[in-house]
Amino acid sequence: MMEWLEPVKTLLGPAWLPIWTILKIVLIIAPLMGAVAYLTLAERKVIGWMQIRIGPNRVGYFGLLQPLADGLKLFMKEIIIPSGSNKFLFVVAPVLTLMPALAAWAVVPFNAELVLSNANAGLLYILAMTSVGVYGVIIAGWASNSKYAFLGCLRSAAQIVSYEIAMGFALVTVLMAAQSLNLGEIVKGQQGHYGMLNWYFIPLFPMFVVYLISGVAETNRAPFDVAEGESEIVAGFHVEYSGMAFALFFLGEYANMILIGFLTSIMFLGGWLSPVSFLPDSILWMFAKVAFVLFLFLWFRATFPRYRYDQLMRLGWKVFIPVSIIWVVVVGAWMQTSYWLW
Amino acid sequence: MSFFDVVFYLFAAITVIASTGVIVARNPVHAALCLVLAFCSGAGIWMLLEAEFLAIALVLVYVGAVMVLFLFVVMMLDINLVQLREGFWRWFPFGAALAGLMVFEMIWVLGSRQTADATIAVVHGADYSNTKELGRLIYTQYVYPFEIAAVILLVAMVAAIALTLRRRAGVKSQNIAEQVKVKKADRLRILSMKSEPKQ
Repeated sequence: MMEWLEPVKTLLGPAWLPIWTILKIVLIIAPLMGAVAYLTLAERKVIGWMQIRIGPNRVGYFGLLQPLADGLKLFMKEIIIPSGSNKFLFVVAPVLTLMPALAAWAVVPFNAELVLSNANAGLLYILAMTSVGVYGVIIAGWASNSKYAFLGCLRSAAQIVSYEIAMGFALVTVLMAAQSLNLGEIVKGQQGHYGMLNWYFIPLFPMFVVYLISGVAETNRAPFDVAEGESEIVAGFHVEYSGMAFALFFLGEYANMILIGFLTSIMFLGGWLSPVSFLPDSILWMFAKVAFVLFLFLWFRATFPRYRYDQLMRLGWKVFIPVSIIWVVVVGAWMQTSYWLW
Repeated sequence: MSFFDVVFYLFAAITVIASTGVIVARNPVHAALCLVLAFCSGAGIWMLLEAEFLAIALVLVYVGAVMVLFLFVVMMLDINLVQLREGFWRWFPFGAALAGLMVFEMIWVLGSRQTADATIAVVHGADYSNTKELGRLIYTQYVYPFEIAAVILLVAMVAAIALTLRRRAGVKSQNIAEQVKVKKADRLRILSMKSEPKQ
């Protein structure tokens, strides 16, 4: 497949590996940034249609240049650093939000061959990276030296820690079913003659729902966006940010959404596998599934009102965690019987 | 010096600097963040030793959960630095003795005959999974110690909650089940009234 690269390989010698790896990283990050840009447009269009509006349609044909116009606007704006803030942490915080959101992509497989690092502990790595993402929010809220930002950061910290537990248990059931932590192996475990009936969302359906909802909560999206809560605390943790610093938070949030989309499709919806056995497996299935999950994210935002904070905590601790612990036991017992078909 | 050594010394240097930052930083939030950095670079060193489960678990548990709660508390504290510094010289000899003891212990362990000729861990093949090996050992050879440790942790957790739980009279709380069960007839009374004649 890569024969035509051989002469380049010999020319570069030992420098080949790092250059090739950086090239692959760029090949993942660049389309991801494009997807983030157009996800913002898709969000505005979809929510517009759901609310019987048109959505952005002035810049370019169908508003297709809107993300570029928004990006340009944010680039041109001044980054204001509040006088009472902790300057170093204030500037570092947006970077800390975006960094884990991008680092997690290292182990995400796009199809059976296309993966940057085929790590054995991929699932654990993803879990660790997504849990580190909360630091950007916490540091931003604290360094801003603003009451609203601080309230937003406290809310977000408590929320992310609570939902992470349920999310972790959902992943435990997946790794029990797949008997592997490798994301590629997890998709291969869902291969079979019956197409989509082999996917894990059927035996693990409660966990699929828990994971999806926790994913919405982890990315601070509506209806779990109490960390931003426009009507209560203005814009939450990023109220003091402007220009590109603000844009980095935005990029991080949307990159995380796409990541959750990929993880949901890999772990529960069969990744690149075809839903029916007479069609070939392809990376296009993967993209279609991710698009579906992302559409759900947008749909939730257009449909549900924001959770009240105590009810959000109740859902995480008193509903999701018991449900997921029980389902871990159920799956464990089920797998010991002969009725486990996956 | 190989690439491995360069990476090791880089992580080691960051760990030492960050750990120094933890005890030197004036601001408790900065100290906590330095500790996070120390954990991250410590995880990097473990990763170099192919202990990927420990490395990721360190990031996942300590960085991702424990330190978040730590920061949560530290950020809300109103700490008076002057008051904190008051007893410094009185306790200094005690602290110094403790530090000296720890240094002595470490030199003793690292310099002993058993660890003297230990070199870098065996390099495993690409299909070696540290997580799987660890899991296998924990759930077969060390299953009882592991379960006992788990039960002790659970008891500690329940005890911590029981200690801090206090019941106060007159606290209002919602009963969600009852709220969900409510029917229209329980709350709403529809009266049919005659419309008043136009004046």
